[in-house]
Amino acid sequence: MPSSEEATPTAPSQEAQLDLLRTMVEIRHFEDACHRLFAQGVVRGSTHLGQGQEAVAVGACAALREGDTMTCTYRGHAATLAMGAPLDRSFGEILGKAEGLCGGKGGSMHLTDVGVGAMGSFAIVGAHLPIAAGLAFASRYRGGEQVSVCFFGDGSTNIGAFHEALNLASIWKLPAVFVCENNLYGEYSPIATTTPVASIADRADAYGMAKATVDGNEVLAMLATTAEAVARGRAGEGPTLIEALTYRQKGHSRSDPAAYRPEGELEAWLERDPILVLERALLAAGVQQSEIDAVEAAAEQAVAEALERATSWPEPDPESRLEHVYA
Amino acid sequence: MSATTTYKQAVTRAMADELAADPDVFVIGEDVGAAGGAFKTTEGLFERFGPERVLDTPISEQAIVGTAIGAAVQGLRPIAEVMFADFAAVCFDQIANELAKYRYMTAGQVAAPVTIRMASGAGAGFAAQHSQTCENWFLNVPGLKLVVPGTCADAYALLRAAVRDPDPVLYFEHKGLFNLKEELPEEIEPVELGRADVVRRGADVTVVATQAMRHRALEAAESLAGQGVEVELIDPRTVAPFDYEAVFDSVDATNRLLVVQEASPAGSWGATLVAKVMEERFESLDAPPRLLASDPTPVPYAGSLEAAWMPSAERIEEAIHSTVRF
Repeated sequence: MPSSEEATPTAPSQEAQLDLLRTMVEIRHFEDACHRLFAQGVVRGSTHLGQGQEAVAVGACAALREGDTMTCTYRGHAATLAMGAPLDRSFGEILGKAEGLCGGKGGSMHLTDVGVGAMGSFAIVGAHLPIAAGLAFASRYRGGEQVSVCFFGDGSTNIGAFHEALNLASIWKLPAVFVCENNLYGEYSPIATTTPVASIADRADAYGMAKATVDGNEVLAMLATTAEAVARGRAGEGPTLIEALTYRQKGHSRSDPAAYRPEGELEAWLERDPILVLERALLAAGVQQSEIDAVEAAAEQAVAEALERATSWPEPDPESRLEHVYA
Repeated sequence: MSATTTYKQAVTRAMADELAADPDVFVIGEDVGAAGGAFKTTEGLFERFGPERVLDTPISEQAIVGTAIGAAVQGLRPIAEVMFADFAAVCFDQIANELAKYRYMTAGQVAAPVTIRMASGAGAGFAAQHSQTCENWFLNVPGLKLVVPGTCADAYALLRAAVRDPDPVLYFEHKGLFNLKEELPEEIEPVELGRADVVRRGADVTVVATQAMRHRALEAAESLAGQGVEVELIDPRTVAPFDYEAVFDSVDATNRLLVVQEASPAGSWGATLVAKVMEERFESLDAPPRLLASDPTPVPYAGSLEAAWMPSAERIEEAIHSTVRF
C-alpha cells in the first residue's frame, strides 16, 4: 500500500515488513476465495489468479506514495489490493454487487479504485502501457513528482503497444516504472516458445531505458528495486523496466488446469512461495512465530469478514447499466 | 469585424483559442510541432505555446491515443492528432476498448475528455488507405462522440465544444473542405455537440448530408429550386449523438427523405437514420426513404474512378427527383 512518507531503498522496519506479510496473506486468501467462488459457479465470466506472484505487486506498491498511480492487467487483484483497495468492495465487484468498486460494471478483470491510485485493470494485453505513459506524462506536464507504475505480464512484451509505450516514455523521460511480472507462461505457452531473448529486462536496451532484474518472490528485493526506479522517475531521469521473476501457481484462467507444466516445476516454486520466503526472513531476523501467526490469522479473518459483507450486498439495479456511458 | 477564414484555419484557430483559454489543454501528434502538422492545421501553435504544450511524437498511434487517455484521466485536456483517419485502425483498440469504455468499466470513477482529430474523406486521389470517412467504424462503440464539421464556422465551434466536452470526441476534418472559405466574425457562436443544422428550408423533401456531401447536396438543392422543387437540407454535424428529432420534424413536414453519405452503405449512420425514420415516422412518409451512398468498394485512386465512387451533385439531384416523384 502506498505510504504517506517517502519510501527509501533502505530495508523497511520490522513493523513495515509484517505489514507487507499481512497484505500478501490477505491477497492470497482473497484469491483462494475467488478460486472457490468460481468453482461454485457464484462468480461469472473468467478469472485470472496470481497466487505465488503477490510479492511483485506488494513490494512494488510499497515503494509508492500518495498521488502515484498504478495500472495493471486482468490478473490484477493483487496489484489493486496492494494499492489499498478495500477487500469487501473488491469482492463485491467480482461478485457483481452494487457496492463493488465499479458498481458491478467491471468485474474481476477491471478492478479499479481511483481513490487509492489504482487507475484500472485492463483486459486487452498491453493496452494499458500507453495509458501508463499518459499518467506519467500528466505528472510531468504539471511539474509534479508523481510516478506511474505499470504491471504487465511477460506475454505483453510481444505486443506492439509495449514497444510504442516504452519508446515514447523513454524519449520523453517520463516518470514511469514498467514492471514485467515474468511468470514464465504467456497464457498456456512457455516463454521460450514465444520470446527469443532470455532476459526481458534486456528489452529496455532497445529504448535506451534503465533496467533491473529482481527476484519477484522476494518482497523486500521487489520493494528496494522499485524504490530505486521510483526515485529515478521522481528525479526526472526517466522510466525503468523491471523484470520480476516469479511464478503463476495456478493456470492462466479458471478453465486452465495448467497440465503443460513440466513435472516438479510447480513443487520447486512452491518451495519459494513469496509468503514462505518472507516468513523465513522474518524468523531469521528474530521475529517470533507467534507474531507471524497472529498477523496471518488476522489477515485470514479480515478476508472472511469482507467476503461475508460483500455477499450480503444487493445486486445492482438493472437500470444502472445505462449510467456512465457518457458524463 | 469579420475575416475570410478557411476551414483549415478555423481548426487551427479553435485549437489556439482553447490552448490560450485553458492551461490543461495540449496538442500531441506526429509532426504537429515545429512542422505545423501534415496538413498544416497546427501551424503556429508550437511557436506560440511552446514544446511543452505542442508535442511531436514518434509514429506511434497507440502511444499517442494512450498517452492522451492517461493524461485526460488526470484532468488534462488532450487534443491528439491521428493524421489520416484511416490510421485510426492502427489504434482501434485504444479508441474502442480503452478510451470509449474507461468511464463505464469504472462506473464513472474516471473521465477521459480526449479529443482525437483526424483528416478524413475522398476526392483528392489519396487512394484506398488515405481517403476513407471512418466515423462509421465507431458508430457501434457506445461512449464516443463523433463530430463531422462541414463548414468553417462549425469546424471552429465544434472543435472548441469537443475539447471542453467531458467525454471522448472523435473529430473528423474533411480533407476536401480544408480550403473552403467563409467570412467568420470575431466572436463565433458556440455550438452544442448533438445539434443538427438546418442548412436550407424547403417543403418538398428532406435531404440529410454531412461534410463534402452537404456541399454537393446544397448545389443540387439550388439547381432544383429553379425547377420548382424545394429541398430542406439538414447537416447533423455530429453522427453520435445524432439529432434524430431534427430529421423527424423535417420529415413530418416534407414526407420524404434522402440521406447522402460518403461511405459505403452497410453499418453506417445513413443506414441507421433510414431505419430509424421507418420505425418512428412510417406514417409521415409518402415515399420510401432512401440512402445514396458510395459504392461498397475501397476508395479507388484514378480521378475517373474516385469521382464515380463519390455521390456527385448530379446523382444527388437525380435521387432527389426520383424521391419527390415517387
